[in-house]
Amino acid sequence: MAEAVIQTEKLTRKFGSFTAVDEISFSVASGEIFGFLGANGAGKTTAMKMLTGLLAPTSGEATVAGFDVYRETESIRRNIGYMSQRFSLYDDLTPRENIRFFGGIYGLGSSELREKGERLLDSLDLQESADTRLAALPLGWKQKLAFSVALLHEPKLIFLDEPTGGVDPVTRRRFWDMIYDATDRGVTVFVTTHYMDEAEYCDRVSIMVDGRIAALDTPAMLKKQFAAETMNEVFIQLARPAKRGEG
Amino acid sequence: MSPAIQTERLCKQFGTVEALREASLSVAEAELFGLIGADGAGKTTLLRILATLLVPDSGKATMLGLDTVAGYREIRTRIGYMPGRFSLYQDLSVEENLNFFATVFGATVEENYNLIRDIYAQLEPFRKRRAGQLSGGMKQKLALCCALVHRPELLLLDEPTTGVDAVSRQEFWQMLQRLKAQGITILVSTPYMDEAVLCDRVAFMQEGRILAIDTPQGITKLFTRPLFAVRGSDRHKLIAELRSYEHARSAYAFGNSVHYTDARETADPSELASWLRSRGFDDATVERIAPGIEDTFMALMEEKPKELADG
Amino acid sequence: MKRFIAFVRKEFYHIVRDRRTAAILFGMPILQLLLFGYAIRNEVSEVRTGILDMSHDTVTEAITDKLFSSGTFIFAGNLQSEKEIAPAFAAGRMNEVVVFEPDFAGRLQKDGVARMQVVTDGSDPNVSRIVTGYTQAVVSDYLAEQADGSARQVGVEAVPLMMFNPSLKSVYLFVPGLMAMILMLVSALMTSISITREKESGTMELLLVSSLRPVQIIVGKVVPYLLLSFVNVVTVVSLAYFVFGVPCRGNVALLFAESLLFIMTALSLGIMISTITNSQQVAMMVSLAGLLLPTVLLSGFIFPIHSMAWPLQVISNIIPARWYLVIVRGIMLKGAGIAVLWKETLTLLVMTVLFMAASVRKFSERLQ
Repeated sequence: MAEAVIQTEKLTRKFGSFTAVDEISFSVASGEIFGFLGANGAGKTTAMKMLTGLLAPTSGEATVAGFDVYRETESIRRNIGYMSQRFSLYDDLTPRENIRFFGGIYGLGSSELREKGERLLDSLDLQESADTRLAALPLGWKQKLAFSVALLHEPKLIFLDEPTGGVDPVTRRRFWDMIYDATDRGVTVFVTTHYMDEAEYCDRVSIMVDGRIAALDTPAMLKKQFAAETMNEVFIQLARPAKRGEG
Repeated sequence: MSPAIQTERLCKQFGTVEALREASLSVAEAELFGLIGADGAGKTTLLRILATLLVPDSGKATMLGLDTVAGYREIRTRIGYMPGRFSLYQDLSVEENLNFFATVFGATVEENYNLIRDIYAQLEPFRKRRAGQLSGGMKQKLALCCALVHRPELLLLDEPTTGVDAVSRQEFWQMLQRLKAQGITILVSTPYMDEAVLCDRVAFMQEGRILAIDTPQGITKLFTRPLFAVRGSDRHKLIAELRSYEHARSAYAFGNSVHYTDARETADPSELASWLRSRGFDDATVERIAPGIEDTFMALMEEKPKELADG
Repeated sequence: MKRFIAFVRKEFYHIVRDRRTAAILFGMPILQLLLFGYAIRNEVSEVRTGILDMSHDTVTEAITDKLFSSGTFIFAGNLQSEKEIAPAFAAGRMNEVVVFEPDFAGRLQKDGVARMQVVTDGSDPNVSRIVTGYTQAVVSDYLAEQADGSARQVGVEAVPLMMFNPSLKSVYLFVPGLMAMILMLVSALMTSISITREKESGTMELLLVSSLRPVQIIVGKVVPYLLLSFVNVVTVVSLAYFVFGVPCRGNVALLFAESLLFIMTALSLGIMISTITNSQQVAMMVSLAGLLLPTVLLSGFIFPIHSMAWPLQVISNIIPARWYLVIVRGIMLKGAGIAVLWKETLTLLVMTVLFMAASVRKFSERLQ
């Protein structure tokens, strides 16, 4: 197995008496597309916050991109990309301004940034709209741009939090084309989604139930294990008996 | 019998954005009707016009036989509406929200309890909890209860399952089926294609237009080209290769296979399989399949100008 | 009616559950009054005072004693001539010098008039004015104790404000202004925010669809804040009365009635703001820039209206707080009744009706 980009060992987070994430252990290999599924309230968001260095774990170990989640959160953030449906880009800036701003934040030099930015606008076919405010662009374009911007500083690992929510099926698939392109360049992808067909596009999938990882394997193996036709059935079998409807 | 909902060439523009372009549909009494489309397709605008919250620029809509502009007061007392975002008071408890909405709609929870009993039973353990602290699925159930508590004849639900996990979505649709069985007309919008099969009829929406209306079974008849499911080891390379095939119309990942649409009227799966083998995909299998709703929607989208596909 | 009560109850839940806002609402008036009140009092409590007594008789010594026993003035030394005054001020050794003319007691006896001069450091006119007033008050106290009417006129320059604020305590002036400010803030800001919050959270969509009439929604929003603001009026007035000893010379019931009227004016303004804005942020900015600042700056609270440039004087007429200030000062400090204040009352009434009518008209039963 290739080197692990994410490695956790009994990673736990409690809020008061409530254990949001309960001793999860898993590893994500370099270049892998890792699907991180779970019902609402299963602890996905909390786990993701710990892995991106936004939230300190209560106990357990984890390294992300080779850095410790307790002590080296600065380095983690510099070495990962992050994109979510909720937080992506500034709607009142143009694509070009967004690229310049986020590139600047990631510490790219101005000449490097200009060159990369132009290449990005070309590849996304966005030159014509490069100076239109983002708010006026279709959602699908915004998401592609957000994804590319999150990769501007060439991180080894990118976290995608429900990246395709609300977009049409064609755009959703185009987005996955981009994800595959990124993995071809060696980027490791950690992705959450509510679309169960997208779970099939991942190399391996973990399903969280009540703060624990209830299953982790390739989609094919999971379907075999649960004697299911689709990942949706696997998911429902696992998540249905969840105690914690709440959280 | 007159339809419960009827719209004729509804148009609505916000600034330069045409949110709705000549949308016409009709929904029968006690029908479960789905509006399927992505964000920005015009679903919310259409539902808001029907909820009498927006006035169309042109066209006409009637709800329960009443004009949505002239008869808005009466319509409001007879329908239930669940907006797209979670729109209950987060700082009020489950119980307080329900009682509040019952009262402002001039009803009581007790008199209509049998209608919401199934749904409310699941909320019961949390009735003292603030609505803001409920999980996504529970919030949606509470919102549905609040929309039902005055026993409306017609329900308008704007993306009730968006952002909700697969289990909660399944439960939510079971509830809708039971409500329909009680004679309530339901118009529901969703971005999830797989939910379309759960409706009596669906309308596909894209960029403010209604692309097609039919039963879930009927609508797939609009897909006329040959459709193959292709399986192979390296899916990403496989998709790229299929798109380069001279007769290819489209190739998209679909679950664990790739759905390939041929541009010709008829095509032979074995022909494609042997081509793939000649390109080095030795383990590739090709199988003719019947189009699903998502295949149909995507095909209809792609028949529209390029801007749609990108948007 | 049941719907309406349900609505009002819901509003109270919002207010009570949002602890931070509730704390601000009820705590702010108290805190501000205490802050303003004590800050001002401290300012004039350590007046370093020098004495230039050219008479040295029993009366001047009695007045001097009284001055320093009040606690406000600190003895900063005796001066021998007028030439020493300016250097003492410049060095910051003294804030005030009291000068008694020669043969002070004799003249008082003979002519009924004796002259003393209160010299203050004019570089801070506000403090000077207050210090002068304090000194005068002490002197007139002393003379009143002598109970000899003939000795009333002591040659000290009169300050016009003396008449209604004999001790010139600033807290007297602050109370009406503070009441206006707090009521404006609570009533207008909080209502405008609470309506726009419903627009932001999407609950307004549901309220509209519930076929509640606009009037019901508006009145439902007004009632809770009307009560809240009234609680604040009572708090501020009792604090002023019991802690700072501000008198209420007029009718208390009239004061509360006028306050209710002003609250209504502010509430209707708040609702008007909420009908034209769609986000809490904008509502807050509009309320702060459009209501709070003018209330503080243009109502006569801090800067006297008669000393403003004429365009500002004209603008001040449309500031509700301007009229309310006149009313509160009239009732509390002058003991005036409705016969004197009917014009201001009518102005507020007309404003309220206009704002309310505009709000109900502008309140959209649909989304924009």
